[in-house]
Amino acid sequence: MRDPLSKTIVTIQPSGIRKFFDIVSEMKDAITLGVGEPDFDTPWHIRDEGIYSLEKGRTFYTSNAGLKELKIEIGHYLSRRYHVSYDYNGEILVTVGGSEAIDIAMRAMLDPGDEVLIPQPSYVSYEPCCILANGKPVIIELKAENQFRLTAEELEAAITPKTKLLVLPFPNNPTGAIMEEADLKAIAEVIIKHDLFVLSDEIYSELTYTDNHVSIASLPGMKERTILINGFSKSYAMTGWRLGYACGPEVIIKQMTKIHQFAIMCAPTTSQYAAVEALKNGDEDVAKMREEYNGRRRYLMHRFKEMGLDCFEPFGAFYVFPCIKEFGMTSDEFATQLLHAQKVAVVPGTAFGNSGEGFIRISYAYSLEVLKKAMDRIEAFITELRNETK
Amino acid sequence: MREKILTFIEKNSRIDLKELAIMLGVDETVVMNELEQMEAEHIICGYHTIIDWDKVGMEKVTAMIEVRVTPQRGMGFDKVAERIYNYPEVNSVYLISGGFDFMVTLEGKSLREVSQFVSEKLSTLDAILSTKTNFILKKYKDHGTIIAEQKKDERIQMTP
Repeated sequence: MRDPLSKTIVTIQPSGIRKFFDIVSEMKDAITLGVGEPDFDTPWHIRDEGIYSLEKGRTFYTSNAGLKELKIEIGHYLSRRYHVSYDYNGEILVTVGGSEAIDIAMRAMLDPGDEVLIPQPSYVSYEPCCILANGKPVIIELKAENQFRLTAEELEAAITPKTKLLVLPFPNNPTGAIMEEADLKAIAEVIIKHDLFVLSDEIYSELTYTDNHVSIASLPGMKERTILINGFSKSYAMTGWRLGYACGPEVIIKQMTKIHQFAIMCAPTTSQYAAVEALKNGDEDVAKMREEYNGRRRYLMHRFKEMGLDCFEPFGAFYVFPCIKEFGMTSDEFATQLLHAQKVAVVPGTAFGNSGEGFIRISYAYSLEVLKKAMDRIEAFITELRNETK
Repeated sequence: MREKILTFIEKNSRIDLKELAIMLGVDETVVMNELEQMEAEHIICGYHTIIDWDKVGMEKVTAMIEVRVTPQRGMGFDKVAERIYNYPEVNSVYLISGGFDFMVTLEGKSLREVSQFVSEKLSTLDAILSTKTNFILKKYKDHGTIIAEQKKDERIQMTP
């Protein structure tokens, strides 16, 4: 029989998290800090709108780009929160989560051989999506000494005549790093100079613990070069609803809509109705959740300091990314041993790219009680390790 | 700061003050001083526990009583309320807009005990026109806490 598979797909590695998932799911009373989604339920008034739309029999397709009402609300939201304006008619596309937006943006923008700059550590889908869109991923390794921000120098050094697109994943999963306005201005300058585009994945924008999040699309000359991706999963605790959106220049959104139309048809209708409510009346929910995450973030930083575990202070998302280099093992070894010795599951930094080596990702999308117990166990684990090496 | 402290302790009054201070990013003494101040100012009026008494198997009956009164000369609603809330059996007293005047909640060991209190103590007060006793059959949610169910973490344990 012929090989049924595409040569491209078999070269793509499955996610490195799988192995840990298999162990954890077999283990009794393990504490996992490995979850990449909020621990809150979707606020009730939002769920209720979804239910109401079902009761009203709104069970049909919406137009390909999404409900007009939702696109208008997305436009209002982006201008209200991040001072960037998009026309609902042509510049906004509602997608199945931010994930779909990443995929179809690359497919709409890349020709074979086009280079895509992907800063890592970062979310696991950029590289595979780029490869599947026939692009060539070029990894930029972010550094702890820069607080895992992307610098203009690093960007400049990675650019070749074939470079077309930069993926800008901030606030960042897994590091929790953010990019402030000054950082973004330096990046924007390089982007404009080299005539590049930016895919700005801002899915964690609401979970920023310093000043308000700044979108690179709001900087002069950048809106026409940026695909802004955001969604409802993290800010409104709506992961299972699968709803995100992409905004950008009409020429790009038009082609993305074409792919979306043929591959997906439209994002889930129930979710779209619920999302309208989220944008209209959800600000307070978001603020409450942010406050809660922020408290947990401070608590974890405090505990790391107490146990002498090196960690830069992250100001975004719901992850901390402590350094475990002092123990002389790989991230994978550390995570595996921690799981077996103390039954705490974390994700090795290498699951998010080679530059994650020497780090582990800890999610704080958990109640304080869970975090406390987990920190006690981690403290016991590293105390043991330190005693062994003495 | 006050509002932030209150938001946390409203949900969990047993929170460790040191941990609360860490989470708010302030010194522990700041939290302690604020709490003391708010207790003194009677902003914080008590620390209670939400108990599902049904599970303990102890007989306990709660009633919500709608009370209509005629405020008398020299004796406004506040005075009448005082006469009601001074009974230790009374759990809460609210002045209410609408079809009646006070909502009084009452806890007793049995239906009989509660009815007795209503007929002998409450109804006999001069200002009281009428009472309507509603017994609580089941508590679903109290003080923002859902009693009827316990939540489990149903998320997939490891996700990117």
